[in-house]
Parts: sequence; C-alpha cells; structure tokens
Amino acid sequence: MSGARRILRWAIPLAVVPVLVLLAYGFRTDPREIPSPLVGKPASPFKLTAFDGKPLALEALRGQVVIVNFWASWCYPACYEEAPSLERAWKTYKDRGLVMVGVNYQDKDEPAKRFLAQFGHTFPNAPDPGSRVSVDYGVYGVPETYFIDKKGRVRFKRVGPVSDEMLKEQIERLLAEAA
Amino acid sequence: MTPELGYAATVAALLLALYGSGAAALSAAGRRGDLRRSAERAAIGVSVLVVGCMLMLVYAFLTFDFSVRYVASNTNLGTPFYYRITALWGALEGSIILWTFMLSIYTLIVIARYRRTQPQLYPWVLAVMLGLSAFFLLVMTIPAPPFERLSPIPADGRGLNPLLEDSGMITHPVALYLGFTGFTVPFAFAMAALIIGRTGDEWITITRRWTIVAWYFLSLGLLIGGWWSYHVLGWGGYWAWDPVENAAFMPWLTGTAFLHSVMIQERRRMLKLWNLALIILTFSLTLFGTFLTRSGIIGSVHAFSQGSVGQFFLGFLALVVLGAFSLLAWRLDRLHAQGELDSIVSRESAFLLNNLFLVAAAFTVFFGTVFPLLSEAIKGTKVSVGAPFFNLVNIPIFLALIFLMGVGPAIAWRRASAENLRRNFLKPVVIGIAAALVCRLLGIANALVLLCLALVVFVAAIIVLDFARAARARRRTGDGWLDATWGLALRQNRRYGGFVIHLGILVLALGVAGSQAWSTQTEATLNRGESMELAGYTIRYDGLQGVEESNHAKVIGTFTVSDKKGPYTVLTPAKKFYPQEQTPIAAVDYRLGFVEDLYLVLGEFARDGSHATIKVQVNRMVSWLWIGGFVLTLGAALAIVPEPRRRPAVPRAGRTVVA
Repeated sequence: MSGARRILRWAIPLAVVPVLVLLAYGFRTDPREIPSPLVGKPASPFKLTAFDGKPLALEALRGQVVIVNFWASWCYPACYEEAPSLERAWKTYKDRGLVMVGVNYQDKDEPAKRFLAQFGHTFPNAPDPGSRVSVDYGVYGVPETYFIDKKGRVRFKRVGPVSDEMLKEQIERLLAEAA
Repeated sequence: MTPELGYAATVAALLLALYGSGAAALSAAGRRGDLRRSAERAAIGVSVLVVGCMLMLVYAFLTFDFSVRYVASNTNLGTPFYYRITALWGALEGSIILWTFMLSIYTLIVIARYRRTQPQLYPWVLAVMLGLSAFFLLVMTIPAPPFERLSPIPADGRGLNPLLEDSGMITHPVALYLGFTGFTVPFAFAMAALIIGRTGDEWITITRRWTIVAWYFLSLGLLIGGWWSYHVLGWGGYWAWDPVENAAFMPWLTGTAFLHSVMIQERRRMLKLWNLALIILTFSLTLFGTFLTRSGIIGSVHAFSQGSVGQFFLGFLALVVLGAFSLLAWRLDRLHAQGELDSIVSRESAFLLNNLFLVAAAFTVFFGTVFPLLSEAIKGTKVSVGAPFFNLVNIPIFLALIFLMGVGPAIAWRRASAENLRRNFLKPVVIGIAAALVCRLLGIANALVLLCLALVVFVAAIIVLDFARAARARRRTGDGWLDATWGLALRQNRRYGGFVIHLGILVLALGVAGSQAWSTQTEATLNRGESMELAGYTIRYDGLQGVEESNHAKVIGTFTVSDKKGPYTVLTPAKKFYPQEQTPIAAVDYRLGFVEDLYLVLGEFARDGSHATIKVQVNRMVSWLWIGGFVLTLGAALAIVPEPRRRPAVPRAGRTVVA
C-alpha cells in the first residue's frame, strides 16, 4: 500500500472529527442567549404601580443591583419553572443590596395575582398597562430577565427561564462591583 | 396501567433489538442458520412491540390520559378527534416512535424480500437495521420516554401546538420520516457490502428501487412542509432556509447525488468509493437533521424541546459516521475504479458535475446552518446567515443543475461525438433561446427569470424530442401508437420515470422563479365598508365576527373581493386565540389559481369591528410547486414499476435482471 493511500485511509474517518467536535461545542452554548442591543446601555427608567398599590420606580433604585423579570400567568411552563428560583434568590440576596422587580406582561389581574399567591412571591410585582415597559425593554416573549448593575446599566439579558445557578452567578458578579 | 405496559414494551423491544442485531451478526460470521432465524423472530418481535407502543400511546391520547406527560403536553379536552391521533407525532417522543415504527416495518420487508435471495449480504443488513432500531428504542427508553407519568395529574392538557392542527402536519412528518428511514436500507446494504468485502455493484442494484422510494418520500415531505408553511404560517412563503428545513434538505441533496452517481457505477464501474461515501453521508445527514432539530444547539423558528436527546443523537451520529467511514477506509483496496473517464464531453462527466454541484449545495447549506456555532466558537459572537446567503450561493448552483439535467440524459457515454451533440442539442438550444427571446419581447425583464426560463425550456425540449424520437423509431418497427408511447415508457420505465421526475422539477423551478420574481403584496387598515386595490383585485372589508371553537376562540374578518370582471369571491381570514399560546395565530384565507393566488392575512383589528388591518398578497405561480410535486409523484411511480419480463425474442445484452 502506498503512502498516499495509507494517509487517505486515516484521513477519511478523521475528516468528520472536527465537525463532530463543533457540534459537541454546540451544547456548551445556548441559542437563547440572544445578544440584546440593550446590554451595556443604561436601563430605561420606568414608574409602575405594584399589585399591592405601592409605587415602583427604577430611578429610585440606582446604586443597587436590580433584576427585572418579565412574566405572565399564561406562560406555562417556563414562568412556572423559574418562579421558585426567583423567590429564593430574592430571599438570599435582598439584605446584600439586591432588588428584584417582577413585571407582569400582557396578563389579566385575576390570574396574575393567583400566580403570585401560588409561589408566595414577596418581591414587588407590577402590571404593565399598555405594555409600555415591555416595549422599552424590547421584550420578545416571556419569561425574560434583565440584570441591571449599580450604575443603572443593563449588563445581562436572559431569554427563557432562569436557574438558581445563573441567578447566583450574575448577582454575585454584579454585587461585587463598586457602585 | 397503559403507560407502564408501554414502557415495559419499549424496554423489551430494546433488548430484543440488541439481541437480534448481535445474533444476526454472529449468524453471518459463523454461518449459523439457527441464529439467523432467531434474529428474524427477534425482528418480528420488535415490530410487534413497537406497534403495540404506538397503539397504546394512541389509546392514551384518545382517552385523554393526562397522567402521561406526553399526552398532557400535546392535547387537551378540546383537541379534535383526528388531531388526537396525529398528536402522536406532534412532538419529540412520539416522532421517535413513528421513526422506530417505520424502521421496523422496513426491516420486515427486507426480511421478506432478501432472506432467500441474498444469503450473504442479508444477515449483515439485518444486523445493521436492528442495531439502528436499538438506538431509537434506547432514546425511547432513556432521554425521551413517551410514557413518562405526570404527577399531579392535570385536569386538562396543554394542547397541541395550534400550528400543527393542519392536514399538512398529518402527512408531512409521515412522508419525511418515510424518506429519512428509507435511506436506512441502502445504507445497511452498503455496510453489509463493506463488511463482507463484496464492494461491486450488487448492493446498488438491490437497493435501487429503495433509493428512489426514499428519495421520493423525502421530496414529498419537503413539498408538504412547504405547503404547510405557505397556507398556515401566513407569511406567504414556502421556504425560509430555516435550520429545520435545511436539515431535511441536506440529505435530499446528497440523496439526489447518490441516485445519479450509482448509474455511473452500474454502467461504467466507476465511483465505487464515491457512492459508498455518498450513501454514508446521506444517511448520516438524516441523523444529523434529527439531531439538529432536537438538540436545541441552533435557534430556529420551530420551537423544539431541549434535553439530553441531543447528546444521545450526537453520540450515535459520531458512532455511525466514524464506524461507517472506518469500514470504508478498511476496504479501500477493493474500491478501485475499473472504468475511467474517457472524455470531458461525455455523460459520465455530466453526471460527475451534477454530483459536484449537489454536494457543493449540501455543503453550503450545512455551512450556513452551523455558521452561528462556527462564529461563536471562533469569534465569540453568534452570527446567523440568512436567506440572502443561501440564495446567493445556491441560485447559480441550481441553475447549473437544471442545465445538466438536460445534458446528462442526452449526451453519449464515454465520448460524445460532434454528431451526437448536434443531433441531440442543436434544436433544444435554439428552442430554449427562442423561448427566452419571446418572453423578453412579452415584457419579462428579470434576467435571472429569463435565464431560468431558457434553461427550463431547453431541458423540456430535450426530454420531449428524445421521447418523440424513440416513439417514432418504435412506430417504424411496426408498433401501434399506444405501444410506441405508453408501452415504450413502461418498457424503459427507469429512463422515462426519471424524465417525468425531471419535468416535475422543471415545473417546480418555474414556480420558484415566478413566485420570487412576480409576487406582490401590500398592507392596509380599512374601515368597515372601505375598499383597497392590489393587482387588479378590489377588496372590501365587511366586518368581524367572533366564533367559539372546541379548543380556541376565533375572530373572522369578512372581505368581499372583486376583480376586473366583477364579483370574484368572499375571503374570511381569521385570528385564532388558543388559551395555551401567547400570541394569536393567523388563519390565512386564499384562493389558489394556476397563475396567481390571492392570499389574505388578518392583522390588528378594533374590537367593535369598525376597522381592521389586512395584509394582501398576490403570489404568482406558487401553485406550480404543487403541480410539480404531482408530476414528481407520477415519475417516481413510473420509475419503480417492476421491469416487465422481456420478450425472449429481443434479449438485451449486458443487463442483469434484478428482483
């Protein structure tokens, strides 16, 4: 067997290895992490009235790490999956300067309140009349979660449900930064 | 109880398939007939169990057994009867069952047909096919169990994805999967041929008809997918170069290449290595397609579940590709070509070019589809390439392919003489150019369309002239008209079946060119009673109406359409509101026509019906796609008709008669 043929013999199966490696790499990435033009830009301010009637304004929260989570009661299963994680993260970090805000997206009051009661959410949640805030943030679907740093800039955007690990990673990172 | 039974049946089928595969391989290695018969019984057992699984799942759907997660997430109490059955393949778990089911049926056919006629190849084919079944059963057992229980049991299910409540979605997956799994048979024969070292054309002649059937169903699946996209999604198009579409298109491209290149091997004993590589590639791409759509590694308009299924598929894909290509490398010494290329101007050369272009197209589609991954791996940013890239690269390739479609069947083998070229091509070239000139004079200015038209007419002329010449020759030998035409087509069904398929593709090509070049659309907000105009149609908005359906609410707009001749029709596009969906779903209304379709999509509207926004499209020549598909069907049917027994008076040399 000539040398060229011997090389060919190996080259045939080996040629597909890079493709397989690339595909395997695909598992490490997440197609849901869609780059948002808002990342790195100042978060657009909003003033809402929470379900409990208290005012809720982003301006007033400057200097703190803010998580804005867009959700809806009809968004099953994703919003139902992430709800306990959000409450857990809020309980863990609220004393270290984290603010969590839930914005209810295109929903009716009745089922939305049932949703909040079901998960026992203690962080402020507000309806978004006319979807004004959602439009400002370019919400594409729910759930979407925005992480805003102490300087008031959007630093990270998540499309789809958040997990405990992801919340922890982002919150710790942003809390560690100077105001 | 049913779910537990179903799960048990899955596990039993998996064990049987594994056993059968091993037993078949051992029987081949040790020439033991008893083991082979045992493997056959295992294969029958697998089929029975898989059919059982399917029936049990259908039963769970029909009885609204929401304790089964798959049933709860794909149906609800309002889902109409038929869709409760077809919800079976509405999502991942069920489509794996469908796949396994088809594979097991194909396995049974292989057993029935080749048990006696192919004693050497057959046991290995059985081993490969049962091994593949085992993989899908493994997927059904671990990462995507269709019978998984849900606790607590919900009172009602989530419901089928509303976009799938359509007749297109009843048939599209079935056709597509028949195509995908169909390529398993040639692949299994190729593997068997490599294992026992009989790398001649035996495996190719045996699987010829299988390849055509698989190719046909894949084509049909793609077309029905296009039809579904066209009349359900409401964007007026039929193809978007979405990763999911590409996933089915890539094996079609390489499968088409394979279909053609095997002819060169049969005739000229060339391209043995290439053909094996092509069938491995085609089969791997069917797996890759499933992997791509089920792994969630690439974003798509089609929402698919993520989970560990992707890892399973990638692992299996790696196993298949590496295993098959290693086998190929191992047998490299037996894959020398016996013939060689005599001239550039020959049929071999036309076929080679056709293969080159088809594989190049498959490569560009692959490249474009995985580009987001590639760019993220290298540059760290996710960049998608869209339709412009695919169109730019593929339009020239497909135009070249149409040209070759005319050249290939009419040019001589080995070396075309000047006489052959003049006799077969002079008239078609003139007719093609003349047709383009006439169209130019009639006012068609788009250069790309003119080029496409010229090529299509050129190829059609070649086909028609060729058939006419052959029929005339028959007439001269004394055949009647019917025998000289219909009889000729049947006698040389392979050649003329191919020709009819080519005609179908030409019709399709015209449909694509025409719809891209001449479709027009507009959008307007109309007050009740107000009218708008587009392309000679006058469309009047008459009001809204709300309707409650079993599983959704519907708002229907009424639009009265008249054309230049007077009243034409009333169209009622609607918006459907499903409780489980975030956004309403458009229900398009349309009138299909030979030349143009009128296509209405209802947009925003006032609740009191005082005004509504309507998108109006006049889509030209889209119907030609569906007509092309019909012609394709006729051609494929003709091509697989068993060759009639030849009259002993006219024996034909150099042909082996193959079952």
